[in-house]
Amino acid sequence: MLHKTQFNATYGTRRQRIAEIALCQKDPCAVTTSTPRHPPGTRWRISLNNERFAGLLWQIVVVGIAIAVVAWLWSNAIHNLSVRRISTGFAFLGREAGMPIADTWLAYSPKNTYLRAFIVGVVNTLRVAAIGIVLATLVGTIIGIARLSSNWLLSRLAAVYVEALRDIPLLLQLLFWYVLMQGLPAARAAWKPIDGVYLSNRGLVLPSIPIEEGNLWVMAAAAVGLIALYALRRRLLARQMLDGKPRPLWPYALVFVVGLPALVSWGLGVSWTITVPELRGFNFVGGLTLSPEYFALLVALVTYTSAFIAEIVRSGIQAVPKGQWDAAMALGLRRSFVLQHIVMPQALRVIIPPMTSQYLNLTKNSSLAVAVGYQDIVSIANTTLNQTGQAIEAIALIMAVFLTISLGISLFMNWYNARIALVER
Amino acid sequence: MTSVTDAPENPLPFGRPRSRSVAGNRVIRWLRANLFQSIPSTIISLLLILVLAKACVSLVQWGFWNAIWSLPGNDTNACRAIRGLGACWAVIPEKFRFILFGTYPFDQQWRPALATLVFIALFFLSSRPRWWRKELVLVWAAALVVIGFLMWGGIPGLPFVSQDRWGGLPVTLILATFGLAFGFPLGILVALGRRSKLPAIRSLCVLYVELIRGVPLISLLFMASVMFPLFMPDGINIDKLLRAQIAFVLYAGAYLAEVIRGGLQAVPRGQHEAADALGLSYWQKNGLIILPQAIRHVIPPLVNTFIAFFKDTSLVLIIGIFDLLTTAKTAIIDLAWQSFSVQVSVFVGLIYFAFCFAMSRYSRGLEARAGTT
Repeated sequence: MLHKTQFNATYGTRRQRIAEIALCQKDPCAVTTSTPRHPPGTRWRISLNNERFAGLLWQIVVVGIAIAVVAWLWSNAIHNLSVRRISTGFAFLGREAGMPIADTWLAYSPKNTYLRAFIVGVVNTLRVAAIGIVLATLVGTIIGIARLSSNWLLSRLAAVYVEALRDIPLLLQLLFWYVLMQGLPAARAAWKPIDGVYLSNRGLVLPSIPIEEGNLWVMAAAAVGLIALYALRRRLLARQMLDGKPRPLWPYALVFVVGLPALVSWGLGVSWTITVPELRGFNFVGGLTLSPEYFALLVALVTYTSAFIAEIVRSGIQAVPKGQWDAAMALGLRRSFVLQHIVMPQALRVIIPPMTSQYLNLTKNSSLAVAVGYQDIVSIANTTLNQTGQAIEAIALIMAVFLTISLGISLFMNWYNARIALVER
Repeated sequence: MTSVTDAPENPLPFGRPRSRSVAGNRVIRWLRANLFQSIPSTIISLLLILVLAKACVSLVQWGFWNAIWSLPGNDTNACRAIRGLGACWAVIPEKFRFILFGTYPFDQQWRPALATLVFIALFFLSSRPRWWRKELVLVWAAALVVIGFLMWGGIPGLPFVSQDRWGGLPVTLILATFGLAFGFPLGILVALGRRSKLPAIRSLCVLYVELIRGVPLISLLFMASVMFPLFMPDGINIDKLLRAQIAFVLYAGAYLAEVIRGGLQAVPRGQHEAADALGLSYWQKNGLIILPQAIRHVIPPLVNTFIAFFKDTSLVLIIGIFDLLTTAKTAIIDLAWQSFSVQVSVFVGLIYFAFCFAMSRYSRGLEARAGTT
């Protein structure tokens, strides 16, 4: 039986062959045994041996099962919700949240709605993820280069750093940092590494510049200047392609990125005085305070992720053959030019894809905040879930937020990756 | 030591007086080549040595010199007096049974201990390439059954212990091992589905993988602990540990699928064509020709995924399942021992490190071997 089905699958069925032979007999020039037949499975036949039919059947069966399972779960959920008298839908978002959020950049009070609380949570997640990504990239790159150092002690230490941090769960590290933060002296006896920087069990306090509307306008001007500079750089490069003459960019940079914001700042009379934190009573006044929860989470995320990034950077640099250095140096190019224009572009091609997944990991891992009580989106959704019982909606919101962030990071990194990818013929 | 035969790798020039011993020369040469080869390097080395020496001294002072190793009469005041100056390791002998086995009945704790050993033996066996054959599946099945009997009991000689009382290292190992044991076949199916020519199956697999990989594990665990009961019909009440286990299987399946897909892509087209030419069916082709090659390609990244997965099991702390990290955190709730969580963290961290480091060394060894052959 097996032989027969295999035979049929490979050579077509008997009737098909008879038809083909009949066809051959009509056409005298094709009466050979090596007549080109139809490849198997391109015709429609209701038989499991027909590839197209079997494929269709498989798809119907699998999709049918998936739909049935989802429908079953959904009907159970509807039933359970009605028994427990939980109303579905996102109407609860408009109700008063009544949950305090200690650490926030946006104006918030417990009287605000759940929607506002969720937005605060998203901002808190982004705040830790964005700063974490920047710092982890910096630290990871330094450690990765240190691992390749010809200095034995430095490269060994970097290897120990990587190995130790990679092999211990992030949650354990996070709890460890948090306990250390709580064990720091009180604000009065705060540890003071540099003037104006205090580390105590109230968190890290840094000098800062108070941000008001005017400051934001200046920053916006700087951003506009950067975009203009980028566009200009492209034009200058295009013109250099035509006549081969390099054109300096720095005068334009001076005008757009320094001059324009300075002009706006002067015109609006914006103040840029730095406020240094001062100890008054039991707490600090002025400056920028990073809460112990935020600081512990940031330190844990940065150290943990930087260990992975270090390995990625190391392997990326090692992937560039030494001959590339030698060849570029033989052309008499400067070392910094070689690194910037010859080695780094090649290393980046190896580095970017795994780096993307590390950025995604860091963002997702920031949800561990709930373990130390930093109120990110997961923590706020969890509180909402306990207060209102809207489990499905709360978890759907978490998922939607993270899927959006993940998609955003992936899109950006894919765009960047495509930009630096090797152009092949 | 005083023999004057030259070191073969770097012969000294003739006619030079050999006042120092060869061994001494070698050390100095090594130091010059590796620590003091240039001025910046020398500065870095000296700075690092300074910092390292300082760190080592304070670590030894805290961890050994000033540390308290045992406390007579369970009086923790001595420990509290020395806090900040020395470690209180006495917390470990006091609490290690609870950290390792949770609230498992005290006189029965040899059973989780034995189960842990069975797990370790199973991992060790599975890591030997000469054991990579079909019988290994049977060995796994048998070992998991044995572990079930050991943990649950309920047969003569082993009183029944409900899984509410399980805790510590066995729970971590159970979550990780069962998650992988069931996630692996799932991952294979999904990886095949993602490379399938059938559009509906392919998009289902893509949806599953991207959905799971796009959200944090915590949200999956919340789903398992809060949403799962809502989705079950009346009367079916699935245990918390099992719900978390299902979440882990789904999670592992998605990540393993991506790794295996990488392996599938590395198998040359000719292998598919050859299998087709032999008239093998889809399952024969993949089971006998493609997958064995694909999986061999990706063993190192698979082990890395196992490591990540093993660490990720610690997240069940957040939904209140008593794994190793949760028991460690609970062990120091006790008022007398409250302020010694750093010591307990170090202890638990070393256990996790031992498992992960062994796996990462193993993966590195495999990679090195694959590179040479």
